[in-house]
Amino acid sequence: MRALPLAVSAVTVTSALGAGVAAHAAALRERRGGLRRNDFTATPLETWIGRIAELESASVPDSLARLDCRNNRLAWMALRQDGFLDAVAAARARHGSGRIAVLVGTSTASIGATEEAYRAIAATGAVPPSLREPVLHVAHSLGRFVQDALQLDGVCTTVATACSSSAKVFAQAERYIRAGCADAAIVGGVDTLCGSVLFGFNSLELVSPEPCRPFDVARNGISIGEAGGFALLERDGRGPWMLGYGESSDAHHMSSPHPEGLGARLALRDALASSGLEAIDIGYINLHGTASTRNDEVEAAAVSEIFPASLHAGSTKGWTGHALGAAGFLEAAISLEALRSGRTPGMLNTTSLDAACGPQIRLDPAPLPRPFVLSSSFGFGGSNCVLAFGSERRP
Amino acid sequence: MNAASTCVFVDGVAFWSPRLPGWDVASAVLAGAIAAPPGEAHRPAPALLPAAERRRAPDTVALAIEVASRACAAAALAPGELASVFATTHGDLAITDYLCAILLDSPLHTSPTRFHNSVHNAAAGYWCIATGCHAPYTTVSAAEHSFAAGLLEALVQVASQRRPALFVAYDTAASGPLSTLVSSSGLLGVGLVLSPERGLGTVAEVRWSAESRDPARITEALPQNVPLVAGNAIAACLPFFEALAGRPGPVTLAAGPRLALQLVIQ
Repeated sequence: MRALPLAVSAVTVTSALGAGVAAHAAALRERRGGLRRNDFTATPLETWIGRIAELESASVPDSLARLDCRNNRLAWMALRQDGFLDAVAAARARHGSGRIAVLVGTSTASIGATEEAYRAIAATGAVPPSLREPVLHVAHSLGRFVQDALQLDGVCTTVATACSSSAKVFAQAERYIRAGCADAAIVGGVDTLCGSVLFGFNSLELVSPEPCRPFDVARNGISIGEAGGFALLERDGRGPWMLGYGESSDAHHMSSPHPEGLGARLALRDALASSGLEAIDIGYINLHGTASTRNDEVEAAAVSEIFPASLHAGSTKGWTGHALGAAGFLEAAISLEALRSGRTPGMLNTTSLDAACGPQIRLDPAPLPRPFVLSSSFGFGGSNCVLAFGSERRP
Repeated sequence: MNAASTCVFVDGVAFWSPRLPGWDVASAVLAGAIAAPPGEAHRPAPALLPAAERRRAPDTVALAIEVASRACAAAALAPGELASVFATTHGDLAITDYLCAILLDSPLHTSPTRFHNSVHNAAAGYWCIATGCHAPYTTVSAAEHSFAAGLLEALVQVASQRRPALFVAYDTAASGPLSTLVSSSGLLGVGLVLSPERGLGTVAEVRWSAESRDPARITEALPQNVPLVAGNAIAACLPFFEALAGRPGPVTLAAGPRLALQLVIQ
């Protein structure tokens, strides 16, 4: 089914590369990465992380102090960049507060606050007042915070499908708007560093002791990062445009991709079909490219099978690390920046491409050959989502 | 929000809680035809899973797969093609408790299996693996409004994609220190197969609309039914299932702090 094109009227993103779209554009252009040695966990863990240093001293609005936590601080920091709050205020005046959906994705939301409560209970036997709000300890901590911070009254959910979460919110927005349940949507994703995720990925032997090297022949695992960002989607506007999406399930394994990349291929093909694009129309794909051995091998094979050699594809996780539930949004924002600037970012840290990579996967930045881009996100539980964006409304 | 109502058809219903372990008994009790039988079931044993996996599966996975497979069987639909929506307030509370506890003592000994089972979409992922389903699923949460917000998500998918969808909602009990932070008890899982067209097996027609307003007038469950699922985080689903069981009248559920989901079930 053909998707309803949606105008991306405003976009903002914050990660280890900095606060706001311009900081990301500069870091990508100047090939300046945001990863550093892990200095987040009390128990030493030899890995590199994409940490936002300012979060410890960041805040949330006084009226939302009961939802104060690292994840919501990042949400609030991101919302205040790029004139986003003004764009939302104008949209609220245009559409009404009940007609703007809030659709956000995360993998762990504010579980960091739950971890903190466990430390406090172990040390003192009591939960400190600042951690007593029950919503802090559920996934929807994020959705509730964003909806209240933006003073909106319509549909609001938090999607939690691991690393595809904040890509799938774009698909949700298209459905809610097409079904007439909303006239506009705030989509976004926020995930922050926490102990359970760092040590959890460590237990699966998926974290690298070095900065991650997507698609490198010697890649040895992921670097975990944190990020937050939001976009305003509407039926009408100047663009750029969200043209379509593809979603699928691997039906294979909880933490390993399908060996033939079946789910990834289905999502890539559906993204093209729903946006009315052919493989040859695509100028750039921001790949999932985690730098795990299996993901990159399977993804490279799927890309070389479906797309012509003229495509430019790569992963930007060498700059930001894997932002997990926020990765879908972060990389959608980077794909939109490729459309805006007319340049593809290439890859960082990767020096020697794996033999599985076709000519589509490139190390170096280049002019964007065609004004249509895809962004791929694949998650634990075999949840896949590919988004299609274009400078123009119709191919 | 949208004043115009949209119509979908319910082709399969499933329900599982320890006091009401199946839609046959649940519908009779919720309609007031019989009293709830004495005794409590321990946890569901979904026949879809091989015996070893059935034993190993976390409660969330066993519960979700039980109601998902029962709803599909009731609708006489092969599950392998169905897009799905899974709603849960808390995901897997037992695993969250485990992860937070082991971080205190020995983070380097975190169990990889329990970690990958900790994702909010674990039950949906296992459902697709068990049924070979490559259709997409979406896992949503909306705190105390998770059932109604998830149902709305499923209704919107059916209306916008014009294809059937499976809807599953579930929550389990909080344990350990987590039970001082959040509130949920017992097991409760529900499943629906929703279709854009009336079929031979359609059991109910649902006209729905969502309206942004203060949902003060939400439908209350019948007092005698409340204790049967009391304390579970998705217990707010009860009025909808009472209506499906035969209690007449419209049902209004809170799908958000300021969002009412209105449902007329026939």
